[in-house]
Amino acid sequence: MIPLLGISTQALFGQLLLGLINGAFYAMLSLGLAVIFGMLNIVNFAHGALYMVGAFAAWFLLSAFHIGYWPALILAPLGVALFGMIIERTMLKRLAGLDHIYGLLLTFGLALIIQGVFQNQFGASGQPYPLPEQLKGGTNLGFMYLPTYRAWAVVFSLSVCLFTWFMIEKTRLGAVLRAATENPELTRAFGINVPRLITLTYGFGVGLAALAGVLAAPIYQVRPLMGADFIIVVFAVVVIGGMGSILGAIGAGFMLGVVEGLTKVFYPQAANIVVFVIMVAVLLVKPTGLFGKKL
Amino acid sequence: MKAQALSASGPTAARPKPAEFIAFAVLTALLVVAPFALYPFFLATALCFALFAAAFNLLVGYAGLLSFGHALFFGGAAYVAAHAARVWGWPTELSLLAATAFAGLLGLGAGMLSIRRQGIYFSMITLALAQMGYFIALQVPFTHGEDGIQGVPRGKLFGLIPLSDDRVMYYFVLAIFLAGLFAIYRIVHSPFGAVLKAIRENEPRAISLGYSVDSYKLAAFGLSAALAGLAGGTKALVTQSATLTDMHWSMSGEVILMVLLGGMGTMTGPVIGAIFVVAIPEVLNRIGGPDFAQWMTVIQGAIFVVCVLAFRRGLIGEIAARLRRTL
Repeated sequence: MIPLLGISTQALFGQLLLGLINGAFYAMLSLGLAVIFGMLNIVNFAHGALYMVGAFAAWFLLSAFHIGYWPALILAPLGVALFGMIIERTMLKRLAGLDHIYGLLLTFGLALIIQGVFQNQFGASGQPYPLPEQLKGGTNLGFMYLPTYRAWAVVFSLSVCLFTWFMIEKTRLGAVLRAATENPELTRAFGINVPRLITLTYGFGVGLAALAGVLAAPIYQVRPLMGADFIIVVFAVVVIGGMGSILGAIGAGFMLGVVEGLTKVFYPQAANIVVFVIMVAVLLVKPTGLFGKKL
Repeated sequence: MKAQALSASGPTAARPKPAEFIAFAVLTALLVVAPFALYPFFLATALCFALFAAAFNLLVGYAGLLSFGHALFFGGAAYVAAHAARVWGWPTELSLLAATAFAGLLGLGAGMLSIRRQGIYFSMITLALAQMGYFIALQVPFTHGEDGIQGVPRGKLFGLIPLSDDRVMYYFVLAIFLAGLFAIYRIVHSPFGAVLKAIRENEPRAISLGYSVDSYKLAAFGLSAALAGLAGGTKALVTQSATLTDMHWSMSGEVILMVLLGGMGTMTGPVIGAIFVVAIPEVLNRIGGPDFAQWMTVIQGAIFVVCVLAFRRGLIGEIAARLRRTL
């Protein structure tokens, strides 16, 4: 092992990988936030809570029904998406036309309810979630030991992000979605069911958060408050990247995850605040965000 | 008198209204006799939160800026007051003044950053800044991390009257609270306040009338933060401690709940809302024991949802709207 600047390469690349994973989660969450904001004009504060619900759903499927990781990777996001669509239909829908802040306040309230219920049920401690059999172990790359699951988490979330980008930017469905974001009335005039599109968009956005939760379950412990602090960092990521561009959200997510990981190695005291410091710097230099369009 | 003309069409005219005055007088009378019926310690804490909520309302209710990070000023000022009183041995008044000034300056700094973006971004930036403050407070040595600053002396008022008795402390806090509320009342009903309301109602129009909207927003942010700091500093003296709880994002959420429940943009609403929010856990504890009090977060969340969906004017706002209809 060759030490670099007094830090072993093992620790450096280990944190770098963990940073990439966190970055992948930031990317998936901020992507969902951006898509939801575009269609509903709501900043979904419940996003962190639904990320947690995704992780808990996977844990629950395993402990109650012995349904393993692979089905959970599909079932948990679907369940959360369904739950989200019910919320959209029964509550968020009524906020159309009101000030932005009411959407934030309502979803904040929902986050409190969801997190409170899980905390009463499971306490503050974490539930372990085992690694899936196929992804156990790892490879020694010479300069570092690469755990298979972590590599899988990065590759899979990057593919999901790029797939989402492709769907929104390059397909007909995406074109309809972008049109409805730009001008809902005109899109309706073309015979497109915009309210249904809005519901599906919200479901997709929170499903993405739940998917990140399932991916996180074997790496972090499944805790009721795992999304509470996380969502605040994601908000900072959104401020840095700007919600105007899909690739911007993905890029900013991965980049900040890596920066955070590196800070953990070189100056651990600042690891918690580095994303916020970058946010302050970006606000001073380029207030619209790195990739932001004017909203 | 551009400001007057602008706000006359808005929901609240710049002229002080008698109804507001009566509500204020009733509230004051109730608060003066309250310690004979309820614990003065509980009341004093509640008043600190009421002042915090009123300060927050200055920003959200009158300038239309939803800060999601006001715990930064409340909790940060609490640390400053506690440290000044306990470690430096400063007199009570000076500690409070230092806390207020600190929060005001912090508010100007945070305001300068957050008003660079509008609408929903403003809320996210304030939340992120407050979270940064929370992590800094967790790590710097003088806050004592998870333990917080304990055993803060209340000192003597004007060097003469000892504040160790809860009832004496309560009246001291009541005086601070009334002074703070009066300051907010004057700010809201000044030409400055009228411009704030104009910005809330129609920002592009305020800009086109030649107002430097950003400086007005910044001034409102600074004033609101300073008053929130006064509330936080006072709370540190009442409870004789300053802890991380006061800086956590859930505290920022609680103050929003107080204002939302009482009524955004009303004078007495935040006070009533604060008393409700502070009383709920006490009442729950009394009737259902600690098991019941665990559901506090869920109940707070439910109040948020109900208020936003069905009750956006809040308690006092709803009453005011009814009265206007019948009068």
